[in-house]
Amino acid sequence: MSAPKSKKPMDRRRFLKDASRGVAGCALAGMGLTQFVSDARALPAQAIRPPGALEESDFLAACIRCGLCVRDCPYDTLSLAELGLDGPATGTPFFTARDVPCEMCEDIPCVVACPTGALDHNLTNIDDADMGVAVLIDEEACLNALGLRCDVCYRVCPVIDDAITLELRTNERSGAHAIFMPVVHSDACTGCGKCEKSCVLPDESAIKVLPKRIAQAHSADHYKLGWEENNPLVDELIDLPDRLPGSGTDNLAAPGGFLPGDLPDPSMEGGFTSGFKLPGTGGAGQ
Amino acid sequence: MSDKTKLPVGYEAIRDKGWLNAHKFLLLRRASQLFFLALFLLGPWFGIWWFKGNLSGSLTFNFLPLTDPFITLQGMVAGHWPALTALIGALIVGVAYAVIGGRVYCSWVCPINPVTDGAHWLHDKLGMTKGWQPKKETRYYVLGMVLIVSMLTGTIAWEFVNPISMVHRGLIFGVGFAWAFVLAVFLFDFAVSRRGWCGHLCPVGAFYGLLGTGSVLRVTANKREACDDCMDCFAVCPEMHVITPALRGSDDDTPLILSPDCTNCGRCIDVCSVDVFEFTHRFDDTPAPGRVRQKSTPAPKADKAA
Repeated sequence: MSAPKSKKPMDRRRFLKDASRGVAGCALAGMGLTQFVSDARALPAQAIRPPGALEESDFLAACIRCGLCVRDCPYDTLSLAELGLDGPATGTPFFTARDVPCEMCEDIPCVVACPTGALDHNLTNIDDADMGVAVLIDEEACLNALGLRCDVCYRVCPVIDDAITLELRTNERSGAHAIFMPVVHSDACTGCGKCEKSCVLPDESAIKVLPKRIAQAHSADHYKLGWEENNPLVDELIDLPDRLPGSGTDNLAAPGGFLPGDLPDPSMEGGFTSGFKLPGTGGAGQ
Repeated sequence: MSDKTKLPVGYEAIRDKGWLNAHKFLLLRRASQLFFLALFLLGPWFGIWWFKGNLSGSLTFNFLPLTDPFITLQGMVAGHWPALTALIGALIVGVAYAVIGGRVYCSWVCPINPVTDGAHWLHDKLGMTKGWQPKKETRYYVLGMVLIVSMLTGTIAWEFVNPISMVHRGLIFGVGFAWAFVLAVFLFDFAVSRRGWCGHLCPVGAFYGLLGTGSVLRVTANKREACDDCMDCFAVCPEMHVITPALRGSDDDTPLILSPDCTNCGRCIDVCSVDVFEFTHRFDDTPAPGRVRQKSTPAPKADKAA
């Protein structure tokens, strides 16, 4: 080898080769990891995040999977997802309402314990928690919906009469009785899952907490609920120009489109004489 | 090379210093790894909640927050600015490792280290070939890749696959199928690539290595003059390239092992029968003459070139 001269280009060539191989290999591995991450971050509907959890997409950037929320949960509600056994991304905290619901501690120890803010520290009143929303998912099995008086979901609700109310309906089947229909109000429901836990039906519950992304539709902005207070069908009265026979269309200059002395000739067909005097009209019609 | 090269690794050290002294740092290291695992198991096993959490994030005595700085960094790249507790925790851990050597994490704390050490032991026993040896920059490529994927997916990407937190969290909180990742690392190191995972690929090690680039605690080969070329230190070192510049340096070269890849595991100190190595700080400038033999080596090289 005639060493010194050929050394530099060789190094450059080798560097480029190594670098491109490294980059290509990592790009491949990166695509694999991206695919894996995308698959693994799908959150099953029955897995509920702790109170104050950020939106799922933000949550996975924030949660370091340390399990401190799990440790500080006094009711052993929370657990960390185990790889391949539970649905959520491995190591992230969740609970299954039918097993152990959230007891809605007033001091929210899980949120306090979170070191990163994946559980939002701004949540200080547990009634503002938004873990999901209860849905009476099987009206055919719900005892209350059948006209019986079970009421358990309603009775156990920590925000009773706000999150779940019993709405009185006529029992069409008997024609003489009432149905006390449990109705969930999403603005008050915290998604704690106590209703789902306590539903007396065997196995699956008739009322289930679902993530809001699944359970809630976006109300259509273009429909106006005219019966609601301060929600008129039209925002304000619009005074459109009126066009009447006559020479003017500017109803400010000539209200009703009439200019004095511009009425159709009364002697002709369709002609008439104005029965009233327009106040303060003036200016030329257009 | 010398005749001693052919002796079993650590043979002279055990003979001259006794078995215990020839395994001192190995035993200390295993104790340390067990210790850090046991701290976190005190709670779930014995109900003593002095240490809560895991290596990703923990709270000690309900007071001291510790957070993995690499995970914190990924979270920040993914678009979440962590709360103050996590930042303080990451800062404490970061500063600690920056002082004592970033990759001290790898050899004294990381629960995967015994796994890959075990794989290497078996690999060695069966006399297998070294297999695929990625370039030395590969771990930094992987590190960069992890940060890019974190950014693109908006997640702490490495935590979806990180075998370290998988096994540590698994032991403390319930393991699921996390053992599969541990087995994968073992098989990779055993059959595909000798010292492949910790030594070439793991981005956590790469991160901690960079973190400890200027670390104070260092191993020095300050008695390199006494080296008898038994090669045992190279045989036990998980990052053997770090030894050469210090051990084989001339008088003017520092005897300190300054490579960020050095994990401060101390195995070289264990297996050296003539006590070439010891722990010191990076500002130690005790003169350490190079080996006399070293000075005569340029001659044959010149012959070759001509």
